[in-house]
Amino acid sequence: MSTPLEHDYIGLAETSSMERSSEKISSSSSSSIPSNIEDKTTNNPSLNLKETELRLGLPGSQSPERKLSLFGKDLETNDKSNGFVGSPLKNLVSGAKRGFSDAIDGSNGKWVFAINDKSDVELGKGAVLASPRGGLDSKTNPQQVRTSVPVMKEVVGVPQSPKPVQDKKNLVPPVNEHTSAPAAKAQVVGWPPIRSFRKNSMASNLAKNSDEAAGCLYVKVSMDGAPYLRKVDLKTYNNYREFSSALEKMFSCFTIGQCGSNGDGLSESRLMDLLHGSEYVLTYEDKDGDWMLVGDVPWEMFTDSCRRLRIMKGSEAIGLAPRAMEKCKNQN
Amino acid sequence: MEPSELKRSKDSPNLDESTRRLSFPDEVLERVLSLLKSHRDRSSVSLVCKDWYNAERWSRTHVFIGNCYSVSPEIVARRFPKIRSVTLKGKPRFSDFNLVPENWGADIHAWLVVFAAKYPFLEELRLKRMAISDESLEFLAVSFPNFKALSLLSCDGFSTNGLAAIATHCKNLTELDIQENGIDDKGGSWLSCFPESFTSLEVLNFANLSSDINFDALERLVGRCKSMRVLKLNRSVSLEQLQRLLVNAPQLAELGTGSFSEELTFRQCVELESALSNCKNMHTLSGLWDAKGIYLPALYPVCTHLTFLNLSYAALRSDELAKLLAHCPRLKRLWVLDTVEDKGLEAVGMNCPLLEELRVFPADLFDEEIIHGVTEAGFVAVSFGCPRLHYVLYFCCQMTNAAVATIVQNCPDFTHFRLCIMNPGQPDHITNEPMDEAFGAVVKTCTKLQRLSVSGRLTDLTFEYIGRYAKNLETLSVAFAGSSDWGMQCVMGGCSKLRKLEIRDCPFGNAALLSGLEKYESMRSLWMSACNVTMNGCRLLAREMPRLNVEVMKEDGSDDSQADKVYVYRSIAGPRRDAPPSVLTL
Repeated sequence: MSTPLEHDYIGLAETSSMERSSEKISSSSSSSIPSNIEDKTTNNPSLNLKETELRLGLPGSQSPERKLSLFGKDLETNDKSNGFVGSPLKNLVSGAKRGFSDAIDGSNGKWVFAINDKSDVELGKGAVLASPRGGLDSKTNPQQVRTSVPVMKEVVGVPQSPKPVQDKKNLVPPVNEHTSAPAAKAQVVGWPPIRSFRKNSMASNLAKNSDEAAGCLYVKVSMDGAPYLRKVDLKTYNNYREFSSALEKMFSCFTIGQCGSNGDGLSESRLMDLLHGSEYVLTYEDKDGDWMLVGDVPWEMFTDSCRRLRIMKGSEAIGLAPRAMEKCKNQN
Repeated sequence: MEPSELKRSKDSPNLDESTRRLSFPDEVLERVLSLLKSHRDRSSVSLVCKDWYNAERWSRTHVFIGNCYSVSPEIVARRFPKIRSVTLKGKPRFSDFNLVPENWGADIHAWLVVFAAKYPFLEELRLKRMAISDESLEFLAVSFPNFKALSLLSCDGFSTNGLAAIATHCKNLTELDIQENGIDDKGGSWLSCFPESFTSLEVLNFANLSSDINFDALERLVGRCKSMRVLKLNRSVSLEQLQRLLVNAPQLAELGTGSFSEELTFRQCVELESALSNCKNMHTLSGLWDAKGIYLPALYPVCTHLTFLNLSYAALRSDELAKLLAHCPRLKRLWVLDTVEDKGLEAVGMNCPLLEELRVFPADLFDEEIIHGVTEAGFVAVSFGCPRLHYVLYFCCQMTNAAVATIVQNCPDFTHFRLCIMNPGQPDHITNEPMDEAFGAVVKTCTKLQRLSVSGRLTDLTFEYIGRYAKNLETLSVAFAGSSDWGMQCVMGGCSKLRKLEIRDCPFGNAALLSGLEKYESMRSLWMSACNVTMNGCRLLAREMPRLNVEVMKEDGSDDSQADKVYVYRSIAGPRRDAPPSVLTL
């Protein structure tokens, strides 16, 4: 189950019950955030972005000498590496989210953001609180996030340098670049009140159990260079052939560019050529965390052990590529 | 107590009639009092008169210390000379959720040193939220030749090396219970440290650890400890290995399985089921890590007499749970993950009429793409089917006032009501109103309520209700709630039996803090973090109430005048001397 903690939390920061929270983001990164904000505001006319950054970053950051937090670091990394112009909020948050699910092992996954309002701030309740459930699907309600944010600006404006959370375990691990989830899921230290042991135990079950809960097997599929990931239900396919053609359909839009002027619509065969050529290699991460080439093992064994997929650029799959070509030819 | 007063008057033949009627010989009194187990009863007894105080202290063998800083080991040793068993609790409960600095304190070592001198025959030590190092564990292992039982819950500071010391030196060990600790797991070799001649173990719980242990050593250990009744394995133990263990230990009463997900052949399944069906005494089942639904039928033979089923590490679906529960008619306590959803909880209501305790934990806190979990509907369904329900811990994504009203109408006997709506400050999802009426219904209807955790959007009205109706309330946890000082003032003024109050992220300030001035000495502790309390308020409290320890934990860079985290507790040991620099004692 999931709840957009950050949405409603922000919203609730608006109620008088949230006058002040001393929860601070792990190791401040005030220095980077303001500069990033400047960058972003030039790139993106929406002021909301700036505020969303502050919201998740450090409120009223006043100490530029502060070392970059993991958040800040992630933010920078994302800035540089992500080709697409997304909301820095997305980067930050989704990055953080990715950081969670990627490296949940050993981390207690608590991060904080500080809301310091020493005055009663009448934040716009309507937007966020109207549909707490609506907030669950961040994809459909990005606006909700934004509307709540402007109010946060006042809150955030209170100068208070963020402090490193005393507990090292609170540090968020580095972000996976292949982030796409737009939902801002800010977390609060120690909330919900679950013991670390349980959090860590469940974290290692995350992908497998939540996906299988509904009797399906959804795994994420990323493609190098694509702006967002997809999810596929492995249970709906019976063999590699069905699977790869489904993938091709899914990702054809991203390879249109590669075809140059070869037609108004990308033909399946052209894409298959691309995929089966040296351009792309289909790999997957198995239960042990190793990256394997798709196609080596029987289909059932593959679906059992596959945690997620990555359509890798052939140039990256050094050593894999030659065999990949052969394998693909054989399979086809 | 003066030594002269300790002299037992064995013979008092010259007492006149009236006195003889009023006083027993001491040893009779002590004999009677030794039958008292509850430490609260004993505390009451000790207040009757000096004779009874003495008789009680001489006959007490187990001491429970709810806050390790409320008293010093020397004071304890002076008052109770004959202790064999100690239970100690240390850090504030919110340390479980990382709200307390790591080096906060609650170190056991000073206690062990005193115990080694005064209680050389100490047998049992049960610690909760204490800091314990490997050195301390080793000291413990070698200092107490009769040592029998060690239980560590939510403790930290030690590694498996400490466990090795215990296993090596404690020749009379009957219980080793390691639960949910911040343990540094350096490997499983500690288990092999039990000598081959060692046979006394009755309780072994290492479910908390992740490393592989030497299975042969475990198998031999279980095989020779014929009195073993509690065995809780860790994840590294496979189903096949479990079967081999069970064959040698059919007397087990409590079993925590290892991983429950490997591929089994048909024959292996049959063997497992057969081994389990031989365990006629089994009433508690836990573990079941990564349980796959297809292997659950192997459990059916034990399910019929199960009273406690802990599925909180098995992400079962609703249908899988329903099928399993159909075989568990005698269940009294059930812990599940919210992957079972409302439908799974309906099955609980339908199959477990004797249920007294339900805990629903959230499975997936971080993946917002998965919208599962439980709602008010599941809780309501359970309440209809389980009228004996009195303990609930429920993590949900939404709740309504009407649902809670229905629930407590069906189950008016709640003693522990812990509701966590996971979105802080979320209102009734249908009416959009605060959840005040929900908790109002709880406190009005459940007169036996001892423990309450509130959540959702709450105004001061909730606390008015609590103060007015929750007359038996002892523990209250509040987060992201309330509108003003008035809320907390209502609680401090109304809940006469309040012992533990923990508050975070609420708009309660100095007025609220100081409204409890008279009350804190009758409480174990107060925790307030991220509220509006200032240093001045805390200083005032400390000045007015010298027998309270008022501790403030400052966070770097916060305003000097704000008291970020406040921990107030009564103590006869005075301010503590081992506080780290981040903790200020006022």
